[in-house]
Amino acid sequence: MADFTVPALTRIWRTLDKGSRLLLMATGVFSQGRAKITERTLRTDKWWLQPLITFSVLIAFIFYATLRAFENANYFAEPLISPFYSPCLSDACVPGSSLLGHLFPIFHVWGMTFSPALFILIFPLGFRMTCYYYRKAYYRSFWMSPPACAVAEPHAKYTGETRAPLIMQNMHRYFFYAGLVFNVLLTTDAILAFRNSEKQWGHMSVGTLVLLANATFLWFYSLSCHTCRHTVGGRLRNFSKHPIRYKAWTLVSKLNHYHQNFAWVSLIGVALADVYVREVATHAITNWYFF
Amino acid sequence: MANLEKYSYDVVVIGAGGAGLRAAVEARDAGLSVAIVCKSLFGKAHTVMAEGGAAASMGNVNDNDNWMVHFRDTMRGGKFLNHFRMAELHAKEAPDRIWELEMWGALFDRTKEGKISQRNFGGHEYPRLAHVGDRTGLELIRTMQQRIVALQQKDLRETGDAEKNLKVFAEVTITEILKENGKVAGAYGYRRESGEEILFEAPAVVIATGGVGKTFKITSNSWEGTGDGHALALKAGANLVDMEFLQFHPTGMVWPLSVKGILVTESVRGEGGILTNSLGERFMFKYIPDVFKDKYADNEEEADRWYVDQDNNRRPPELLPRDEVARAINSEVKAGRGTEHGGVFLDVSKRLSAEIIKKRLPSMWHQFYELAGVDITKEAMEVGPTCHYVMGGVEVEPDTAAAVGVDGLFAAGEVAGGMHGSNRLGGNSLTDLLVFGRRAGMGAVEYVKSHGANPVSDATISKAAARIEAPFARTGGENAYSLHQELQEITHNLVGIIRTGEELKEAIVKIADIRKRSANISVTGDRKFNPGFHLAFDLDNMLLVAESTAKSALLREESRGGHTRDDFPGMNSTWRQVNHISSFDGEQVSIKAQPLPVLPKELFDLFDIHELEKYMTPAEIAKGGSN
Amino acid sequence: MTRTLKLRIWRGDDKTGGLQDVTVEANHGEVVLDIIHRVQATQMGDLAVRWNCKAGKCGSCSMEINGKPRLACMTQVASYPEDEVITITPLRAFPVIKDLVTDVSFNYKKAMEIPTVSMPEGVKPGEPRMQQIDVERSQEFRKCIECFLCQDTCHVIRDHEENKKSFAGPRFFIRIAELDMHPLDTLRNRKKTAQEEHGLGMCNITKCCTEVCPEHIRITDNAIIPMKERVVDEKYDPLRWLGSKIRKREGIL
Ligand SMILES: Cc1cc2nc3c(=O)[nH]c(=O)nc-3n(C[C@H](O)[C@H](O)[C@H](O)COP(=O)(O)OP(=O)(O)OC[C@H]3O[C@@H](n4cnc5c(N)ncnc54)[C@H](O)[C@@H]3O)c2cc1C
Ligand code: SF4
Ligand code: SF4
Ligand code: FES
Ligand code: FES
Repeated sequence: MADFTVPALTRIWRTLDKGSRLLLMATGVFSQGRAKITERTLRTDKWWLQPLITFSVLIAFIFYATLRAFENANYFAEPLISPFYSPCLSDACVPGSSLLGHLFPIFHVWGMTFSPALFILIFPLGFRMTCYYYRKAYYRSFWMSPPACAVAEPHAKYTGETRAPLIMQNMHRYFFYAGLVFNVLLTTDAILAFRNSEKQWGHMSVGTLVLLANATFLWFYSLSCHTCRHTVGGRLRNFSKHPIRYKAWTLVSKLNHYHQNFAWVSLIGVALADVYVREVATHAITNWYFF
Repeated sequence: MANLEKYSYDVVVIGAGGAGLRAAVEARDAGLSVAIVCKSLFGKAHTVMAEGGAAASMGNVNDNDNWMVHFRDTMRGGKFLNHFRMAELHAKEAPDRIWELEMWGALFDRTKEGKISQRNFGGHEYPRLAHVGDRTGLELIRTMQQRIVALQQKDLRETGDAEKNLKVFAEVTITEILKENGKVAGAYGYRRESGEEILFEAPAVVIATGGVGKTFKITSNSWEGTGDGHALALKAGANLVDMEFLQFHPTGMVWPLSVKGILVTESVRGEGGILTNSLGERFMFKYIPDVFKDKYADNEEEADRWYVDQDNNRRPPELLPRDEVARAINSEVKAGRGTEHGGVFLDVSKRLSAEIIKKRLPSMWHQFYELAGVDITKEAMEVGPTCHYVMGGVEVEPDTAAAVGVDGLFAAGEVAGGMHGSNRLGGNSLTDLLVFGRRAGMGAVEYVKSHGANPVSDATISKAAARIEAPFARTGGENAYSLHQELQEITHNLVGIIRTGEELKEAIVKIADIRKRSANISVTGDRKFNPGFHLAFDLDNMLLVAESTAKSALLREESRGGHTRDDFPGMNSTWRQVNHISSFDGEQVSIKAQPLPVLPKELFDLFDIHELEKYMTPAEIAKGGSN
Repeated sequence: MTRTLKLRIWRGDDKTGGLQDVTVEANHGEVVLDIIHRVQATQMGDLAVRWNCKAGKCGSCSMEINGKPRLACMTQVASYPEDEVITITPLRAFPVIKDLVTDVSFNYKKAMEIPTVSMPEGVKPGEPRMQQIDVERSQEFRKCIECFLCQDTCHVIRDHEENKKSFAGPRFFIRIAELDMHPLDTLRNRKKTAQEEHGLGMCNITKCCTEVCPEHIRITDNAIIPMKERVVDEKYDPLRWLGSKIRKREGIL
């Protein structure tokens, strides 16, 4: 007698390799009626390369950003502040680093001081997490849904962005607004960097350029955002009745074409700006002044 | 035939191109039940390939335009061999048909005032072609397709069944029009997917099967253009008119080989493309015929000025009617001034910026870039004539599109004859489809209302079924693919763009021979989606078309429009009074001459008498039109 | 000029089938469809394949070449290295009928579910006035040749048969976007139904549809994402929701 108990079936199931399991599940490209082809994909190019690169770079960034966010030190070297820590809003902030004053008291979690970065990072993080481009990037490379086009994904069920938590992706526009506020603050940081360490105006250092470049990239990233495109004009039915918004939409559409590029450039920009500030703050290098 | 698929409708429309769909919409709107049958998927008919635009004298760009100007251009283009009534109806109704498309969701390119934009095209006096970039045919077919869907959605709301009264039978080939008591009773065919047979009972059948290009080796047409409707009509007892007139489009791709024949739209010239030979000479100035001398510039300066000031300059000769340009290119190549691959150069890159080219001619750019590796914003294209359109077709009553001689049969679109005379103007086909598609629909409605059903007998069904079974019953017979290639060689070499009496006679003999051998075609494999089997039927149709063309061409001893005889190079006013009518007796096609209907006085008077003198006999001129 | 080509062509029907090896000559400039025709004319008379225009205009010759959804008539043989075996299969998201021909009726069913354009009452033929800039967005989507390659590659249905009932697919998202951006269309619930009936929310904007579209329609950027944003306006943005309530009450809208 065959054993049809649940544990027995589970055992059999486990002995099968992935391919045959999929076949047994008979879904997707292995569904009834579709051409009988055993391969999950017949692509001969290196389709796995792109998701692999995306995955690696994102993981590296997350790793670095997490370390830095918890480090709670070396983020300020008058007049430079790391983008990870600006605006510095807690009583824990080092003197001189708080542009907007202190909104939060110092508190401790498991004996560690709660890093001021953690109060604010949620915004840029949320902005990027809900960004239409990054969504594509991590759905493909992390969630493998799908890993690449015409490569069968490993999931048995799929509901997309129709349910919690992914339905929250629809909140992207609020993160976009927050992103704009951050852009203003980081631009202010860059302007403040036209001072020397004695807070005297009229100076410029490599650090100034680094912060300026970072702010610029972030502006390009935000302005090329799909929500931005929608807001400035995309939601209109008749452009001809709104000539100025049409112009704006046309411009943003052009930028939007390169949103992916801006997404990466600005991400790496933020990391490099932080690295620079940290190096200066730890005195590993000196911030060289042009004048 | 126990499990024969059987349907019964008021009207069966064969063909889902522009003409068929327009006919179906008309008949359904009048409350009838309609089946649309087509050989490929819904929305893929050949109309999808039309590029340049649809001619209608809306006067949006130049308000001097009106139906009379359009009528005159059409008659001139056809060298006055057109059926005047068809040309008149077409010119009068075309604008309404375009505006109606807009109401159904078409989005044409716009003028500054927000109206439908119109572009220049060969043979049209004013900018007249409504267009969407260079994919107008796609817009037309998609709009019609969506109109059909809209009607089905309405039926769904009202009856709960979307397909109850209007259904598309895609991938079905009709092999026979069935008749009982001398009148149309339905249509018979097979499903391409399964090979299974299918019967439609209907008192009225509209043929809208398009063209015959696949009879020729080099053609812009898709595989569907096998002259099925022409043959179906002939076999059902209808006539074909003027089958000698085939339009060779002057600009088809010539290289690489695999794309030879694919169309390069006339809009390339409309937008300012110029033709040069291998010596770099802009040769079209040498080929302006006398009848067109006062309308076309004879020097480069004036031709160039025309693009900015059309009121005070004559148009460039590149925009002459297609037959003239095709012959000119042919002569240049024959004289040894062709390109390496046997064409001439067509260049827009000198006149327009890369950005504008990509915007106005997007699919041309795409086509050359992807298929030939040529960037037309930088380099010239190589082009040469390609078989494009058949002016001849089913003889119909202009007002109802009813086929002459068979009750219950209607024909519209490229498959119908008469409208374009000896040469069609670019852009006139798309509006032809709409104007006469609608009229065929109306004609069928009238007919069904006054006649009612006409049931098909079992004997008729068995006969039709036996024909489909035949090629499977044979083994070791002829291969349909190679016979098709042989036929294409013959038509290309002997019935092509330039013809002689001797060659035509040779062609007639050879075509008869292939027809004999084709009776012996056998098919490998089974019935399920079997292209060899499909071709066997298409080939039979092409053979009838080729025979009809060769025989009509042999009789017409003059050169006019899409028929050029090396041995009779001139146009002859006496021949203008003659239509060639093909009929089929079950064995072979025979041709008879029939007088062309005479232009009525009010239309006659639309022309300058000196112009008419170039086409008509003194006696006709003296008479000044009928009544 | 000519080269010898090694192919693997999938042959079979809805029950059985597999890849068959074929060797065939190829000439300069030929596309995969030419090769299939040569195989058909010389070795496999009953090899089933759909095609019409052979110029990338009709969208009939959709298939998968080396695993990628493509038009066979627009795929140059020369784009593959000399020694590469070219594998040709039918579309893998739809039921197969025979050889390279699949049953694409799914798409026609979905087309039926989207209400067509609804022009304002009282506008007569010839009267509509629309500016070029207002029709341009929709015109991009009307370039669609219905090759259904985007539908084939979209993982939502390619990898999940059960989603077919609730997901219209990229081809029909651009259709909805086309109508929602049409300057004169009067139907105002297209955003809502896009989300609630046609499964717009199931798309995770991974852009495979855009990658395969032979017409280079920017499906995701220009249709799907703008539609998602429009849906947010209508369904998920509390501020806009409040705003529209107020405007309605004050009679501004
Ligand atoms: C490349 C190209 C560009 C063109 N550009 C223009 C242009 O710019 N302007 C213009 O005015 N004209 C143009 N034309 C001409 C014009 O497109 C055609 O003349 C026109 O589309 C024909 O339409 P139709 O409705 O008569 O038939 P088609 O569109 O050819 O449709 C024929 C239908 O009949 C069906 N059918 C055929 N035989 C059978 C059968 N036995 N059983 C069942 N169904 C059958 C087919 O499946 C198809 O659905 C162009 C033509 C080509 C080839
Ligand atoms: S972007 Fe959306 S619709 Fe397009 S393929 Fe991906 S999931 Fe499908
Ligand atoms: S959107 Fe592009 S890929 Fe999808 S069906 Fe249309 S043309 Fe094909
Ligand atoms: S930031 Fe990427 S889409 Fe908004
Ligand atoms: S055959 Fe028409 S797109 Fe390939």
